[in-house]
Amino acid sequence: MVALSDPSPGPYARDIRQLDRRILARRLSVVLVVLLALAIVVNLALGASGTSLWGALGKLLSGQDLSTMERVVLWDIRLPRVLLCVLVGAALAVSGAVMQGLFRNPLADPGLVGVGAGAGLGAILSIVLGGLLPVGVQGLFGHYVTPAAAFVGGWGSTLILYRVSTRAGRTSVATMLLAGIALGALAGAVSGILVYMADDNQLRDLTFWQMGSLAGATWEKSMIAGPVIVIAIAGATWLAHGLNCLALGEAAAAHMGISVQRMKNAAIFSVAAATGVAVAATGGIGFVGIVVPHVLRLATGPDHGTLLPNAALLGATLLLGADLISRTIIAPAELPIGIVTAVLGAPVFLWILLKRRGMVDQ
Amino acid sequence: MRHLLLVATATASLMTAPVAQAADRILSIGGSVTEIIYALGAEDKIVARDTTSSYPAEAEALPDVGYMRALAPEGVLSVNPNLIVSEAGAGPAETLAVLKQADITFVEVPDDFSAQGIVDKINAVGAAIGEPDAAATLADKVEGELVAVAERVARLPDSERKRVLFVLSTRGGRIMASGTNTAADGIIALAGGVNALSEFEGYKLMTDEAVTRAQPDVILMMDRGGDHGMPDETLLALPAIVTTPAAETGSVVRMNGLYLLGFGPRTADAALTLARALYGEI
Repeated sequence: MVALSDPSPGPYARDIRQLDRRILARRLSVVLVVLLALAIVVNLALGASGTSLWGALGKLLSGQDLSTMERVVLWDIRLPRVLLCVLVGAALAVSGAVMQGLFRNPLADPGLVGVGAGAGLGAILSIVLGGLLPVGVQGLFGHYVTPAAAFVGGWGSTLILYRVSTRAGRTSVATMLLAGIALGALAGAVSGILVYMADDNQLRDLTFWQMGSLAGATWEKSMIAGPVIVIAIAGATWLAHGLNCLALGEAAAAHMGISVQRMKNAAIFSVAAATGVAVAATGGIGFVGIVVPHVLRLATGPDHGTLLPNAALLGATLLLGADLISRTIIAPAELPIGIVTAVLGAPVFLWILLKRRGMVDQ
Repeated sequence: MRHLLLVATATASLMTAPVAQAADRILSIGGSVTEIIYALGAEDKIVARDTTSSYPAEAEALPDVGYMRALAPEGVLSVNPNLIVSEAGAGPAETLAVLKQADITFVEVPDDFSAQGIVDKINAVGAAIGEPDAAATLADKVEGELVAVAERVARLPDSERKRVLFVLSTRGGRIMASGTNTAADGIIALAGGVNALSEFEGYKLMTDEAVTRAQPDVILMMDRGGDHGMPDETLLALPAIVTTPAAETGSVVRMNGLYLLGFGPRTADAALTLARALYGEI
């Protein structure tokens, strides 16, 4: 009572605001689940070929066989694509939120721990030097050489970075940030050498890989990426309380009973796993990891307990939206999705920043 | 005997019937493949094309399924092709795998930047779309034209051969030039020129000194139309180029990219045009 009528923001008012935010975040979760379900249906129903989801469902229910076109479009193209979209969108958004919590820096994204640069280097290596692999290996992995190389590159650079910034069992987040920048520059330079060696066609493959696309979505890719991403996201959500405590500083978190080093390990490896797999499956897709956690933090506050699951939902929904645009706007051709997320994400991000500044200036 | 022949013919027609039927909705991938299909008079069978297919102008009215190396599976299926004929290098592999599942025939024609390469390409496209006779006729005609150009340029003495530098782009003042094993290298040879850069393969960014040392007599570029490319004066004033014979004589040749580098039915013509730009009437 007193707290409610008290105009000065005392400790009770703060609690109530927290409570409000928690209720708000719960409601938002419900809205996001509905939106995600809607986005999944729309993405399954719409596409360049005009194949009707409802027509196909009707046929299935009445026991008829689907035409080859319906089967291929719905089962081999749209469904694995929607699945991969949900997985990758969730992975990127949650990884971004975890990194920002871990580094206590709103600008952090998985790129900072070298996953992006390492994965990019791996992909470039495989595209430019893939021809040098023994024919048997090329045949065995087929078109999985580049995704596999991207994953190995992402993990490799994360491991190196982790070793560099860990002394006597303590990981210095600041060292990791700086070493990440250095390692990113090094990976960029080596990539540059390879780009110089690349021929015309390899350069084009590279360019398209860097712009990201879900056009290569297959059941196999979804089935490989799925378990890794789900486990990584579950692991990250489990870290929510620890990340909340870390917001007060490492020492404070330790006093609150958080095993800070173990948490750092878990956070870094879940991010490396989730984004490594995501980047390997789709190439470079920017902005989801930065924009999604930001929007949610502004809407419902910084509590990771609600932020992380909501980020998964919103990231998946946004990527589905971006993919729908990418594959319908210039159909029958397709826009690389990295372009769509950047074109949509950058202005939204700028708008959020300006709005927030407006609030600060008042 | 006659009976047997009849059976054989019937069997043969039975076997070819589905193929002939299958080739009435063609997706044409690659500028030169599209040109060849038009030149064979089979353009009615084309239902869609890729971004690089910009000639003849009518082709641009067809639906565009995107850049040949980044084809979207559903986009390709949406134009409902039953045959895809493509230049080398179409992809990605995942898209091709899905098309295979949809039972769409995919034919990749070989690419080689030489006169023989064009003849082979025309025959391969003809075989793929079920027009081998028209293709043989066209291939003979194109080969004849290429031989005629080759005979004309063969009369040039070695001492008169022009050193040609093909510049792909000059973005930021940096010169991206063509080494060997490229379409540019091929057309320079067909036109009786000498590629000024033969130390490397493909297109590479050049240092100013390397361009200077290459001493090109002529700079060859793609004409992108409008005001896009760098004007001749600016180009010739670049530090790398200003000291070359090309800058002294102001020799810059610009030609449409697909015409110059397509290696299709118009290449003999393009080679002759380039040869005339290099040597005057030959």
